[in-house]
Amino acid sequence: MLTLPRLQLHRPGSVREAVELLASKPNARVLAGGTDIVPNLKHGIYETEHLIALRGLSSELRYVRRDGGRDGDSIRLGALCTIDQLSKDPDVLQSLPALADACRQIAGPQLRKMGTLGGNLCLDTRCVYINQSYFWRSALGFCLKKDGTACHVVAQGLRCVAAASNDTAPVLLALGASVRIVGPRGERVVPLADFYLHDGIHNTVLEPDELLVEAAVPLPAARLKQAFFKLRTRAAIDYSAINLAVALAVSPAGLVTALRLCVSALAARPALINRLQDLVGQPADLHLAEELGRRAQKQCKPLTNIGVDPAYRREILPVLVRRTVLRAIAS
Amino acid sequence: MSDSVLIRLFVNGEEHALAAPPQRTLLEALRYDLQLTGSKQGCDKGDCGACTVLVRERSATGRGEPILACITLAQDAQDLAIITIEGLATPAGLDPIQQAFADCGALQCGFCQPGMMLSARALLDRCERPSLPQIQDALSGNLCRCTGYTKIYEAIQVAAGLREPSSRAPVSSEKALPSDQVAYAVKELLP
Repeated sequence: MLTLPRLQLHRPGSVREAVELLASKPNARVLAGGTDIVPNLKHGIYETEHLIALRGLSSELRYVRRDGGRDGDSIRLGALCTIDQLSKDPDVLQSLPALADACRQIAGPQLRKMGTLGGNLCLDTRCVYINQSYFWRSALGFCLKKDGTACHVVAQGLRCVAAASNDTAPVLLALGASVRIVGPRGERVVPLADFYLHDGIHNTVLEPDELLVEAAVPLPAARLKQAFFKLRTRAAIDYSAINLAVALAVSPAGLVTALRLCVSALAARPALINRLQDLVGQPADLHLAEELGRRAQKQCKPLTNIGVDPAYRREILPVLVRRTVLRAIAS
Repeated sequence: MSDSVLIRLFVNGEEHALAAPPQRTLLEALRYDLQLTGSKQGCDKGDCGACTVLVRERSATGRGEPILACITLAQDAQDLAIITIEGLATPAGLDPIQQAFADCGALQCGFCQPGMMLSARALLDRCERPSLPQIQDALSGNLCRCTGYTKIYEAIQVAAGLREPSSRAPVSSEKALPSDQVAYAVKELLP
């Protein structure tokens, strides 16, 4: 039996009220679907006395819209869309099939009904040394991420390497999405590529008093060939051991005109694979898929932060990249 | 407790008001405040599905969708209409899912059954004749540590009218002896 620490629950009815509450309550945290924060609270990973429950904002933040913005047309996804909803939404299925595919593979049916897009994008990083009970962690003298000073993954490591484990992040990164954030200092739009940080303790640029309210995907993404893959031990239970998403534009002549590949569940930040410009103009074929696999393997270093053998994850990565790229090309 | 809050829950068609600490989970409220102990406390962190209940917005119709009560805060569930395993049967008798689980012997230790039956009910409410992969997918968030999945899938197919219980299963028409007669029969056999 795991009990929650003593806390107050606040139930705002609008984004404005929620942001005011976040700013006025010290160490307040947001409760959306609760699938990540509640187990973490039960494990004593957060010190907070105030939870801001967002259920009252559902009518305001649960939408899938197509509209024109400053940067042209985009698909806007409200942060309180449930994962289940996104996996079935006709607009998402048609325009962002890789996102629907990723959502279908997140956890089990109950958790998909509860979990939200905003919650998944802000999912706390995971590590075999942190997602354990307080008693378990105390037996090991705790770790860098919470209550301790040493990292058990990287000897003498000074930076937490708990892994970004969200499945929507690599897809939305590959599709060039941005997120809209509301806080007491106003509103800002951050490209998702700048949203995640290299710090496992807090891996986003989101300030404690800010609320992520929307993700927007530029509509040209709907014309991109895209695919997502998730490697895990058991479906419905396990978080990703590796997840990856690829998006590419192919000219009528079969040449690549744009290309993004994102691999995650490695460290705190989902890794957009760098230096792919020279592949633009190449034919979209098996050779390209294999080359992307080699480059991904070179840039990704699986660690012991996830309970799946890092050597295996390193060897399987180029295979998964190759298959996923070929699937995207064929889509 | 001095810092208790008033929580109103709408469970199985009845309104309940209870005073509980603000961090009370829905599962704790159901089990320890309302004595509805059919929802089980398994992993208590959202992995096993033993605490599955069906919820919908109060204004919506139908039974609702399965969620996990152990990681839902009771205070946050006040706008929802909740159905637990105790609310599945009607005065007319067991729900067809419950009857099928009994007819098929779809249990070993029984701990996962309430969650299994509620997930199955939600599946049959949205899909009358599910395929086996659809059944497996709908129940993928409910773990059976006895690994008794075969009978459970069979029971759902029976409830959906897709097949008969397999012959080796005890069927409801077999009447068990009253327990005092069983004790007597045992005594007779002893030398």
